[in-house]
Amino acid sequence: MRKMLTIISNVLRGSASRNGAELVSEGARVVVSARTYADFTPQATFDIKKCDLHKLEEGPPLQAMLSREEGLQYYRTMQTMRRMELKADQLYKQKIIRGFCHLYDGQEACAVGIEAGINLSDHLITAYRAHAYTLTRGGTVREIMAELTGRRGGIAKGKGGSMHMYTKNFYGGNGIVGAQVPLGAGVALACKYLGKNELCVCLYGDGAANQGQIFETYNMASLWKLPCIFICENNKYGMGTSVERAAASTDYYKRGDFIPGLRVDGMDILCVREATKFAAEHCRSGKGPILMELQTYRYHGHSMSDPGVSYRTREEIQEVRSKSDPISMLKDRMLSNNMASVEELKEIDVEVRKEIEDAAQFATTDPEPPLDDLCNHIFYNNPPMEVRGTNPWTKLKSVS
Amino acid sequence: MTVTVRDALNQAMDEELERDERVFLLGEEVAQYDGAYKVSRGLWKKYGDKRIIDTPITEMGFAGIAVGAAMAGLRPICEFMTFNFSMQAIDQVINSAAKTYYMSAGLQSVPIVFRGPNGASAGVAAQHSQCFAAWYGHCPGLKVVSPWSAEDARGLLKSAIRDDNPVVFLENELMYGVPFEMSEEVQSKDFLIPIGKAKIERQGNHITLVSHSRMVSLCLDAAAVLAKEGIECEVINMRTIRPLDAEAIETSIMKTNHLVTVEGGWPQFGIGAEILAWIMEGPAFNYLDAPAVRVTGVDIPMPYAKILEDNSIPQIKDIIFSVKKTLNV
Repeated sequence: MRKMLTIISNVLRGSASRNGAELVSEGARVVVSARTYADFTPQATFDIKKCDLHKLEEGPPLQAMLSREEGLQYYRTMQTMRRMELKADQLYKQKIIRGFCHLYDGQEACAVGIEAGINLSDHLITAYRAHAYTLTRGGTVREIMAELTGRRGGIAKGKGGSMHMYTKNFYGGNGIVGAQVPLGAGVALACKYLGKNELCVCLYGDGAANQGQIFETYNMASLWKLPCIFICENNKYGMGTSVERAAASTDYYKRGDFIPGLRVDGMDILCVREATKFAAEHCRSGKGPILMELQTYRYHGHSMSDPGVSYRTREEIQEVRSKSDPISMLKDRMLSNNMASVEELKEIDVEVRKEIEDAAQFATTDPEPPLDDLCNHIFYNNPPMEVRGTNPWTKLKSVS
Repeated sequence: MTVTVRDALNQAMDEELERDERVFLLGEEVAQYDGAYKVSRGLWKKYGDKRIIDTPITEMGFAGIAVGAAMAGLRPICEFMTFNFSMQAIDQVINSAAKTYYMSAGLQSVPIVFRGPNGASAGVAAQHSQCFAAWYGHCPGLKVVSPWSAEDARGLLKSAIRDDNPVVFLENELMYGVPFEMSEEVQSKDFLIPIGKAKIERQGNHITLVSHSRMVSLCLDAAAVLAKEGIECEVINMRTIRPLDAEAIETSIMKTNHLVTVEGGWPQFGIGAEILAWIMEGPAFNYLDAPAVRVTGVDIPMPYAKILEDNSIPQIKDIIFSVKKTLNV
C-alpha cells in the first residue's frame, strides 16, 4: 500500500506544473487523500544563496531549516498577499479604488521573510507600496481592502487610502519618498531609549536610496548605535527610471558606508528570513544599525497608472515570473521534499481566494465614512473644537 | 481650435526650448517617461539628454542644482512631480532662489522656473493634495503664477521662462486634460501673458468673484446658475498670485460692491485672507456693502474616501450659497 501511494504521489508531482495546474485522475485522487500527515516530511534543510557582505566578517548561515508548519504558513501568507494585490488591480480598473495604488506582487518573499525574522513587538515602517506589510503587521485583508475602497470599515476609517495604513508598531504607509527613513531611525531611538530590546525595520526602495535624508539618517543611527535595520527593496526601477540611470553606485548594501551591509536574494523567502534574523541579532546585541539590500522585482508597474512596459520589456517580466517567482519557489521546495501535497496547497489556494472574495465583498458594500467624521482626528487628546468649513457660515465639529 | 492645458504647456516649453538654447528642463521622469503627467511628452525625443534631464528622486539636490545653473547663466525649468514634493526642496526655492538678487544687491539674478501640479487632485489623500499658493505667495523675491485655462498656461509659462526672476508656476492636475478654445493670436510663438495681471473672465454688476486655477471653472459654473436667478457675477481669474493684481479686484469692487474669494487651499493665512486684507487697507473698502467673504477648502488634511474628499473642497453650491448670503438674498 505504502509503495503504491509513493508511486502515485510521484506521478502526481511529476505532472504538476510550476503554476499548479495538474491533472488528477479520479481514482488517484481518492487514494491519495487517504495520506496522513505522518507521511509528510516535518522539517527539511535547504541551501540558500550566500549573501554579499559589506564590512562584515561573517554573514547569515548558508542553510535554512523549514518546518512543514512554517512552510504552509509562509505559502498561505504570500498567496494571500498575491491574491489581494491582484484583486486590488481589478477593483482599481473598475474605478472602485481611486487615486494612487502601488502593488506589491512579486515582492512577497520580502514582507513575509522579514516578519519571520522579527517579532510583532518589533517595529516596522515602509513607503507607499505597503499593503503587504499592513497584512504582516496585523491588519486583516478585509480592513485593508475596505481602506482601498474608502469605506468606514477601512483600517484608517477610509481617511488614509492606499498609502496611509497603520497598525500597532507599524508606522505606515508613507507617501513622500525617503521621509520614512529618518522616521524609522526615530522609532529605533525610542526603542533604545525605552530599553525593551525592540528594534525597528526601516524600508525604502532603490529610488529612495539616493535621498539625502537617508544618508543623514545613516550617520546619526550609526553615531548613536540605534537598533535599526535599514532595508532597501531593490526592484530595479524607481517609477520609470532604472537603477543605472539614477544611482552612481547600485551597490545599495554598501551605500551605508560605515554601516555593515548584506545583499540578499529577495525572491527567496528563506534567504530573507535568515538575513533578517542575522540583522536582528546584530541590532539587539547593541552593535548599532545594519543595512540589507533585498534584490526583488515587481510585476506591476510603479502604480496602477503606469503600465510598466515603457521602461522594461515584457520578456523581462515574464522571465522573472517563470524563473524566480517567490511563491513558486517555496511551493517547489515543499513539494519536492514531500513537505506538503499538491492538493493541500490547492486547498490553501481555494481558501485564500474565498478570503479575498469575502473581503472584496465587504470592501465594496461597506458604507462610506459618515460626514460627521470629516473633521475628526486633527488633534489627539484635545477638547472638541470648531473647524471652518468651505465658507464662514459652515462651522464643523472636530473631536479627538 | 481646442487645445488642452497639457498640450498648451507642452507647446510653450517646446517653443521656448527652441528659442533659447540656455533653457533646459530637469525633474523626475521628465525625459524618457515623457513626464509623470505627460506634460513633457516628446521633448526628450526632440531635444535629447542635454536639454531634458531625468533626475533621481532627490528634490533638495536637484532643485539646488537647478538654482546653481540659473546663477551661472542657464535658464532652467525645474519640475516638481507635484508641489507636495517641493517641500523637500523649499529651502533652495526660498533661500537660494528668491532672496539672492536682493542679498547680492543686484549682482546675482536667478532666472529659474519651478513648475508642477499643485493642490488637490482626486483620491490622492493628505500628503499629495496640498495647495502651496499661499506659502510661496508669502515670499518677496518670488513671482508666483497660477494659470487656469490653456491660454493662461501657454502665455504665462512663456512669460515665466523669459522672466529673469525665480517664478513658481502652479499647475493643476485636474486641469491638464481640459480643452479650451485657442485663437490664432494666442497660438503665435511670441504670445505672452504679463505676470501680475488678472483677467476678467465674465463681466457682472452684482458681485465680484475672485479665484485662481481650477476654482475659476467653479466660479463660472456658479455664475451661470446665479444668472438664471438674475444675479450677475463678475468672475476674476487672478492668473498671478504674486505680485497680486489688487487694482483689478478694487476696480471690480467699486462697481459691484460685493466680494467673494474662492480658493482650493486652506483658509488660514491663505490667498483669500490676503485679498481681504488688501481690500480692507485700500480704496475699495468704502465701496463694500457687505463684509467680503472667503470660500476655501475645509481646514483639515485631505481625506481619501470620496464622500469625505468631495466635502473637503469648495463645491459650486458653496459658492452660490456664499454669494446669496453676501447679497442677503
